[in-house]
Amino acid sequence: MSVWKHHTKVERNSLLLVIGILIVVSIGGLVEIAPLFWLQGTIEKVGGVRPYTPLELNGRDIYVREGCYVCHSQMIRPLRDEVERYGHYSLAAESMYDHPFQWGSKRTGPDLARVGGKYSDSWHRDHLIDPRSVVPESVMPPYKFLAEKELDYRDVADRMKTLRAEGVPYTADQIANAKKDLEAQADPFSTDAVAMRDRYGGKAANRDFDGDPDKITEMDALVAYLQMLGTTVDFKSYKAQSPENMR
Amino acid sequence: MSAPSTPTASPPAGSGGLLLFSAVGALVAFFCAGLSQDPIFRLQAETFAVAGVIAAFFLTAGLSGGTLRDEPDRYSDNVIKAGVIATMFWAAAGLLVGVIIAAQLSWPRIFYFPEAGWLNFGRLRPLHTSAVVFAFGGNALIATSFWVVQRTCKARLAGGIAPWFVFWGYQLFIVLAATGYLMGATQSREYAEPEWYTDLWLTVVWVTYLLVFLGTIWKRKEPHIYVANWFYLAFIVTIALLHLVNNAGLPVGLLNHKSYGVFSGVQDALVQWWYGHNAVGFFLTAGFLAMMYYYVPKRVERPVYSYRLSIVHFWSLIFIYIWAGPHHLHYTALPQWAQTLGMTFSIMLWMPSWGGMINGLMTLSGAWDKLRTDPVVRMMVVSIAFYGMATFEGPVMSIRAVNALSHYTDWTIGHVHSGALGWVGFISFGAVYCMVPWLWKKPAMYSNKLIEWHFWIATTGILLYIAAMWVSGIMEGLMWREYTPQGFLAYSFIETVSAKHIENVIRTVGGLMYLTGALIMIVNIWKTIASPSVAPADAIAAPAPAIA
Repeated sequence: MSVWKHHTKVERNSLLLVIGILIVVSIGGLVEIAPLFWLQGTIEKVGGVRPYTPLELNGRDIYVREGCYVCHSQMIRPLRDEVERYGHYSLAAESMYDHPFQWGSKRTGPDLARVGGKYSDSWHRDHLIDPRSVVPESVMPPYKFLAEKELDYRDVADRMKTLRAEGVPYTADQIANAKKDLEAQADPFSTDAVAMRDRYGGKAANRDFDGDPDKITEMDALVAYLQMLGTTVDFKSYKAQSPENMR
Repeated sequence: MSAPSTPTASPPAGSGGLLLFSAVGALVAFFCAGLSQDPIFRLQAETFAVAGVIAAFFLTAGLSGGTLRDEPDRYSDNVIKAGVIATMFWAAAGLLVGVIIAAQLSWPRIFYFPEAGWLNFGRLRPLHTSAVVFAFGGNALIATSFWVVQRTCKARLAGGIAPWFVFWGYQLFIVLAATGYLMGATQSREYAEPEWYTDLWLTVVWVTYLLVFLGTIWKRKEPHIYVANWFYLAFIVTIALLHLVNNAGLPVGLLNHKSYGVFSGVQDALVQWWYGHNAVGFFLTAGFLAMMYYYVPKRVERPVYSYRLSIVHFWSLIFIYIWAGPHHLHYTALPQWAQTLGMTFSIMLWMPSWGGMINGLMTLSGAWDKLRTDPVVRMMVVSIAFYGMATFEGPVMSIRAVNALSHYTDWTIGHVHSGALGWVGFISFGAVYCMVPWLWKKPAMYSNKLIEWHFWIATTGILLYIAAMWVSGIMEGLMWREYTPQGFLAYSFIETVSAKHIENVIRTVGGLMYLTGALIMIVNIWKTIASPSVAPADAIAAPAPAIA
């Protein structure tokens, strides 16, 4: 009896067909994806990467909301021109707290994985409000409304709690002080900034990111996020040639 | 079939239940809208509530007026008619948004509005992709699958009112997703952007769709399940699996639109591109191959070229496709073993893809003259040719060395559009051109001339589009890696942006031509429906002698 005859059984029984489809389409995903969750080498051993501060987290959520990932990648490939243009190639460890990842798939604009600290806050503000005022040939949309709209951060602690439930190591202390830390980070004269830095590390800057001291805007949050991108990882602690980092 | 042969006055099974469901759903949604402090969630809940009220109103009117009747000995064709209209509506809408965002990249000073942030590229691009893939493509798939499964099984759609629930539930999903993007509700997962509540709603609709489809197969009067139905089934089942895994997440609150996916970083990237690539493989390929396996043989009145090739094509395609996702992540922080595996299977995928193309094209054996005489056949054959071209280009681009150049560039965009406009668009248009006269009982489409115009304008548009993207994609890829003799990078990023201006304009023109073709088709369909009918609705064909 040939294999073609056997196939007749599947053609006559819809449940066999459905089960066959399910088995056949499951194999590839299981072999490729499942090991990433238990293979030790999937994420490199490197120091410095921390969860986002409440203000940065809100900025990141705005980045997601506006679809920035549609045109900007956050993934520098280990190719000579990319490393020279954008900086050290991206490590998996740098996005280990990213729900969801923002590696992107298209560079209509440049990569942003290490944009943090490359431009001043006011450049970012001007550029976001009217990209063509600083880069005449840019095709980026204008984000004037971010500078006008006050940040709605009533649910920031809930957002952090949700992320903690998914494995981001936010401490109870960080969640309890979420709003205070957010306000401290957007205020250059805040007395709470020291406590905020105790919780998130010395590199977390408190500034008036949008240049508008009267209110905390969505622009504050987005610029705070952009200015920390790629800055937390400690490359001195990264040994590319060590066996545990060979993947 | 045990049902009486005369049409009964009773409404379709489940109508009362659906009425209750709509009313309760509307009530719950109103409460959620009232309790929520989140403006986006409130608007989305209100949209859902309004949809529930409208559904309840029409169900009540239909039930009390007696207009909602079951016709057990006829095919359910009204839901397919609605599907055809929805397909063309969303085609026009989705293509129009595509033209707008192409114009934004060509003339940013004209087509961006600082006071209307919701019209920015970042919000409109997901609207465009979802509208063409899920609204246009999805409606085409649902409508054609309902036609094919009934005709090849010689059975009416199962589930009473359920097919109508699938149709309208799916439209509600589209509206929730589309308005959500404009307001900023997105998960940022490409082609899976809708937020958690929209995902849950789609799950309900999709499971119902699967049950209607399977239920109809169970009622079949043919012992064999026709090959087109295997592809539809693989599409429905696998999309359900992909949807559930990729959208796994936790909402920030039950009355909050925002959610965070359970995966992060590198694992999240691979889960997303496992989904993303197989949305292409199962939504945009398997489902439309099902169309090819029914409408091409039907239109040219020839059997499928090879039955055995169909079997090999089916199983190898669905097995290999699922592995191909990692080629979206070459040279990223994804471990290299996974990249290599993804590339290997992507190259292997060339074989089943071309096996399917050969099976479709060779079905024309002995009927090649129809290419000259029937523009609908020509459209479907060209669509299969585009399928062959795109599935050759894809494996080439999945090679790491090629991908180093092509990734992040417009080349990818061009590749996608040769598949989407050429293959998916044309095979759907071909299927709709076949079905409109069948559904509305007309001798033929209103005008063959208009089909010719549609074909030539749209084909020229596609060629302009993909040629422009080849040029701009390869150019920017080369410019990014260009060095001066002194060893410095030759171009700043913005120089590569301005270098693409002409190609962006050509792309806009190509897209506009493709949209024009679709609008011509809509006029043609409108005129066809308005012309006099020739026959009453189809009765279900006589039962075959044996049922397995």
